[in-house]
Amino acid sequence: MSKSVGASCKPKGMRLKIESKRKERQFNTISGEPVKDIYTPKDVGELDYDRDLGQPGKFPYTRGVYDTMYRGQLWTMRQFSGFASAKESNERYHYLLNHGQTGLSVAFDMPTIMGYDSDHPRSQGEVGRCGVAISSLADMEVLFDGIPLDKVSTSMTINGPAAMLWAFYICVGEKQGVPSRELRGTIQNDILKEYIAQKSWIFPPQPSMRIITDIMAYAADHVPKWNTISISGYHIREAGSTAAQELAFTLADGFAYVEAGMAAGMDVDVFAPRLSFFFNSHLDFFEEIAKYRAARRIWAKRMKEKYKAKDPRSLLMRFHTQTAGCSLTAQQPENNIVRTAFEALAAVLGGTQSLHTNSMDETHALPSAKAAKIALRTQQIIAYESGAANTIDPLAGSYFVESLTNKLEAQAEEYFEKIEALGGVVKAIEKGFFQREIANAAYRYQKNIEESKQIIVGVNDFVEGDESIDIPILSIDSEIEEEQVKRVKKLKSERDNGAVKATLEELRRAAESTDNVIPCILNATRAYATLGEICDVLRGVFGLYREPPIF
Amino acid sequence: MDSRNLKSGKSKELVSKLLEGDRLAAARLISIIEDDSVESSDIVREIFPHTGRAYRIGVTGPPGVGKSTLVDRLTVTLRGEGVTVGIIAVDPTSPFSGGALLGDRVRMTDIGMDDGVFIRSMATRGNLGGLAKTTSDVADVFDAFGKDVILFETVGVGQSELDIVEAADTTVVVLVPESGDSVQAMKAGLMEIADIFVVNKADREGADNAVREIEVILDMTSDQEGWTVPVLKTVAHEGDGVDALRRIIDQHYRYLASKEKLAEKRRKRVRAATVGIVQEKLHSRVWNDPRIEEFLKKRVDEITTGNGTPHSAAEEILHMVGFYNHSECMKGEQ
Amino acid sequence: MAQKIRVLVAKPGLDGHDRGAKVIAAALRDAGMEVIYTGLHQTPEMVVEAALQEDVDVIGLSILSGAHMTVFPRVMSLLNEKGLDNVLLTGGGIIPQKDMDALERMGVGKLFGPGTPTTEIIEYIRSSVAH
Repeated sequence: MSKSVGASCKPKGMRLKIESKRKERQFNTISGEPVKDIYTPKDVGELDYDRDLGQPGKFPYTRGVYDTMYRGQLWTMRQFSGFASAKESNERYHYLLNHGQTGLSVAFDMPTIMGYDSDHPRSQGEVGRCGVAISSLADMEVLFDGIPLDKVSTSMTINGPAAMLWAFYICVGEKQGVPSRELRGTIQNDILKEYIAQKSWIFPPQPSMRIITDIMAYAADHVPKWNTISISGYHIREAGSTAAQELAFTLADGFAYVEAGMAAGMDVDVFAPRLSFFFNSHLDFFEEIAKYRAARRIWAKRMKEKYKAKDPRSLLMRFHTQTAGCSLTAQQPENNIVRTAFEALAAVLGGTQSLHTNSMDETHALPSAKAAKIALRTQQIIAYESGAANTIDPLAGSYFVESLTNKLEAQAEEYFEKIEALGGVVKAIEKGFFQREIANAAYRYQKNIEESKQIIVGVNDFVEGDESIDIPILSIDSEIEEEQVKRVKKLKSERDNGAVKATLEELRRAAESTDNVIPCILNATRAYATLGEICDVLRGVFGLYREPPIF
Repeated sequence: MDSRNLKSGKSKELVSKLLEGDRLAAARLISIIEDDSVESSDIVREIFPHTGRAYRIGVTGPPGVGKSTLVDRLTVTLRGEGVTVGIIAVDPTSPFSGGALLGDRVRMTDIGMDDGVFIRSMATRGNLGGLAKTTSDVADVFDAFGKDVILFETVGVGQSELDIVEAADTTVVVLVPESGDSVQAMKAGLMEIADIFVVNKADREGADNAVREIEVILDMTSDQEGWTVPVLKTVAHEGDGVDALRRIIDQHYRYLASKEKLAEKRRKRVRAATVGIVQEKLHSRVWNDPRIEEFLKKRVDEITTGNGTPHSAAEEILHMVGFYNHSECMKGEQ
Repeated sequence: MAQKIRVLVAKPGLDGHDRGAKVIAAALRDAGMEVIYTGLHQTPEMVVEAALQEDVDVIGLSILSGAHMTVFPRVMSLLNEKGLDNVLLTGGGIIPQKDMDALERMGVGKLFGPGTPTTEIIEYIRSSVAH
């Protein structure tokens, strides 16, 4: 991080004239990388079009993974949502689908994410709060009521208990008469970034990786259109990383999954085509675009050269993008619409396959229906009015963007070497490497804001005296928790508990052996064993993860 | 905050509550001692007659070797035997801000809710020897509170953490397999202070090598009469080897007790405490005198422009605080 | 030696978003306070027990999961139960204004939303503890 002078000397509460401020300022990206006043051909001297960029849909895919990109098909507008009970969320899904959304994205509540039933003591106060509460197949049936699973693709943000929620979904398909081969969607299932950034884990790394390879193997045979892992940089960025760290750590995780799959005896081309990615889109417009372009190039090159993938689909980095929740401010929340629009535009110019735009009110509560609609409309305006989707990779050849792309790639390569020297991703996690890098970057970022080296409108400049918020705020009815707890208790008393016990015992044996656990999880699901019960069996066999303390 | 500004009458009351087993009183007393408030020496004096029962174990070693986890697991083992435990986990104070981030409790969540355990995080507050200046006094609070065992976890910056030898009856030095390469370098700081060595995270590569290397160096350096410093392997986060460590600590205790070394250790501790108090009083007598700083500033300017020497200025300062005047000195000490 | 302000920074509940908690912990340290960080997934009981043993002046809770209306009142009543009613209970996270107001009426201190400068929080703690 370069040292900045001057800006911090600004007397508190006093606005200097913009011009003099700009003279004093150091010009950096939001990640703290210095930016020159002008970029020329000298900055991209070595760039070779065919080798480094290539046509869209051609190696190394810097310009995009498909030859026609948005001229063939727009990105999927996929708004992440879920709250309260399955019934309320189901209504919101119908609402979004009726307003032109083209894919579903399910947010689960914290108990579900941590593998607890709604009636567990630790779930108290958290049921249906930041997502929908799903404790069993019965809840999942309600969540997708009236939504034909052969017609939509569904993304589920679930990691620790990804196998269980996936099993619930497959079983809803069975009930609807949709064979698993027809199901389309994504489970996030990226446990490595949980240890690194998001901190919603259940089991230790080794057994978690084993469940993931079980999922990859089962999907290859039975659910071939499913994206088995969405390797996520989003949360790494939200935890405070820089763009280069997001890029490097996410790709390092991706390579770790590839190596795990190969170590489990699978051919790389059997599972790699089903790996997808999930990035953040933060405020620094060009840095973000360069990040996506660099990501595609690094992935394609490594998959081909290091892992010897032959199937071109193994080389394609397809990714979902979400605008940066951490860039939104509680102050003057309407401004968040504008921030989100720029971030969304960067994602589109960076060639994303699907996109979630945040709602303006998310620093206060879950989105209200109106805020969620504006967020969706933002995407539609970019798609249909701005012209940004008319041509492919329009910023290619920009000296600045190409130079940033190269620089981010080089920074990522440096991190790969460091991670390798630490013994790989899992070892680096155990040593707290990622956690420390991110915590330091987050603190630096906060300090830059407080020293006004980074201006955030409405936070450290252009502040308004009266900060009353006049947008509607969604509130969750506290009776939802009571009702959901009742539902779970009722299920537990009414189902065939003999069958539950037998299927759970079968699962325990599979977990203790090296057998694939997915068929056993499916059987337990069909018997209406709950999420908590299934996770408890595995907690018993695998133990719980404990985080090393890192500052 | 009101509760922290205690009238001296209140401190007596707190001590009697402490002796009755009141946890809140224990916590408050520790704060008063830590803050070195005026009541502090009264409290230490009141408490001292009730100390001497607890066995004190120090856990030290470089950063990242798993000291907190080992302390956590050792505590679980001790609790299994019905032994009560006081833990003092020390982390460094930032020399720049005077603040500290005390994160050892993160590793001790299981024992945090156990009535038989009391965990206190302490910042070094400028002390360099691996513990805070008042750590031993805080241990006395736990001792008087009735804790059977007191576990110290030192800062763990690696070297010169010698305070622990005086504070603890048994000192456990923790390393990891990767430390093997640097054992030679650390030899000066750590070899002499260890009563027991632990190679933690022994499921990693190189554990046996590390054990051998430590043993070789111990052969050359160790001179504890009648006690061969053992080198144990543990995997603390799995609990492996912790029972063995517990047994070895017990053996060391019996060795100390049988050779009268325990009494000797405690004599040394009392001596060190006394010397410490004297030094502290002298120090604060000089530097808490507002005249001195001003005088010093003036003299420094003069000396650097060629008038006088540090020695002459020092003599003047000592005269000012009455160092050479017996009666005035006593008056100053209340 | 001057009394140090001691602050317990904890993340109750199930969510793991500890960026805010860690940034605050580091900022309070840099402001000269002693910060006891207890990590993730703390129950109200664990928070209050740690506050008691550490004899803190302030408890700062970070909650982003929406469980604030359950967690803060529970911590509050446990503090009263254990005789720790002089400890300042504050915190932050994604908490709607009307919930912040309701909690303040229950005796919880000021709560801070995303984007609050750490200097504001430091100032608040200093002035509250001084009184």
